[in-house]
Amino acid sequence: MLVIDNLCAEVDGKPILKGLSLTVNGGEVHAIMGPNGAGKSTLSYVLAGRAGYDVTGGSVTFRGEDLLAKAPHERAAAGLFLGLQYPVEIPGVSNLLFLRTALNAQRTLRGEAEASGAEFMKLAKAAAEKLGLPFDMMKRAVNQGFSGGEKKRNEMVQMHILRPFMAVLDETDSGLDIDALRVVSDGINAMRGPDRATLLITHYQRLLDYVVPDHIHVLMDGRIVHSGGAELAHKLEAEGYSAIAA
Amino acid sequence: MSALPTRKDEAFRYSDLAAVARHWPVAVESITVAAGDAHADIIITDAASPAIRHLAITVQAGATCRYTIIDGGRDYGRIALDVTLNEGADFHLGCVLIGSEAQTIELVTTVRHVGPGATSRQIVRAVAGGTATTSYLGQVAVAREGQKTDASQSFKAILLNRGATANAKPELEIFADDVKCAHGAAIGEIDRQALFYLTSRGIPPAQARALLTRAFLSDALEGLDDATTESLDAAITARLEATA
Repeated sequence: MLVIDNLCAEVDGKPILKGLSLTVNGGEVHAIMGPNGAGKSTLSYVLAGRAGYDVTGGSVTFRGEDLLAKAPHERAAAGLFLGLQYPVEIPGVSNLLFLRTALNAQRTLRGEAEASGAEFMKLAKAAAEKLGLPFDMMKRAVNQGFSGGEKKRNEMVQMHILRPFMAVLDETDSGLDIDALRVVSDGINAMRGPDRATLLITHYQRLLDYVVPDHIHVLMDGRIVHSGGAELAHKLEAEGYSAIAA
Repeated sequence: MSALPTRKDEAFRYSDLAAVARHWPVAVESITVAAGDAHADIIITDAASPAIRHLAITVQAGATCRYTIIDGGRDYGRIALDVTLNEGADFHLGCVLIGSEAQTIELVTTVRHVGPGATSRQIVRAVAGGTATTSYLGQVAVAREGQKTDASQSFKAILLNRGATANAKPELEIFADDVKCAHGAAIGEIDRQALFYLTSRGIPPAQARALLTRAFLSDALEGLDDATTESLDAAITARLEATA
């Protein structure tokens, strides 16, 4: 699904990722944990292709194709989804218009037929209901006036409508209360399947109690320094990152 | 208003004076909204529209007047509104200025509150691409008799590239002591975070820019019914395409 090989990237000329390698297979959930400044968010932005995050070495192969050669919207159409840590507010653009435009842009780029109005509304209603986002909020401007929890739910609604092969979720759990965490976790779990994969980027083991990963990786100073199974989360919580890395 | 304006005339400081000279003199169009009446008008310009229009609008006591303007699609465009508001009158202006290539599009307003309790609201949004210039010069003048005036002016512009220009000159002249007058002006670029967000969901950059630009302009159309908004949308979209 996703093969990251010796990836190096910098922001404003400062090296952040320093030879990161990671392979995620279809059907797997991987979690990346690490201290502040380790490069977690940089990794997610590099994968999504955000301007200002410059790749200086290594490669990323996504479903057999060179991911880094694609523009951000082409990566999305290829089936990559980035759940943002801080979803952006877009005044004047309704959630529904945004999502319908996105879904149809992806379909067009893939050479598929666009979703009709009725088909899209059915998808949107089902996704909003599943993620506990009142449908009224789908008609409002994207994320405007949404609470932190509602913004994250909205990210999940988008993921469910767009149905990516690979979701990279950057601290989707931050700012969520217990109930919202459960709903969002259920949303992530519902996307699991043999032909899909998830990369969770998180600070806390809490999320990983609900979405149990197949592999956990510790990211420090731009590299994966340790990998293990789901049990590693509790060990990290108990002993801290530096003890594990040592 | 018959002498050809020069750069020293405040209302023409950002103008394309060569274009003005070609279209001078300009006849002032007088419009009166009778007491208690409601008047609404929409102006959409294109290459065939008169380059310069000067409207002198008198809104009598208790009357309402609403103008919606979409100005773009022409090399030079200037709309001047000279509005006089009597007691309890209401004036609402929603205006979109779109400049592309080397166009100069300007809106000049003077809103005079000459009676008490009148309200005025001006929402102007501008988009400039290429080496275009969009300008808003707006004056609100409250006479001594204009107590309890409630006036606002809001101007925001986005520049689509480095060669484009937006000028804002909001101005208040107040001789009454019990008034509410608000004005604001901001000039910026398309929000890069929003642009990344849209593209990360699969929307191609040009389409994402158009969506954000259209959203930015939506304030100027607030309060219009859906059918009107939809028809204005088509005019806006056509003019925005030229800025890309």
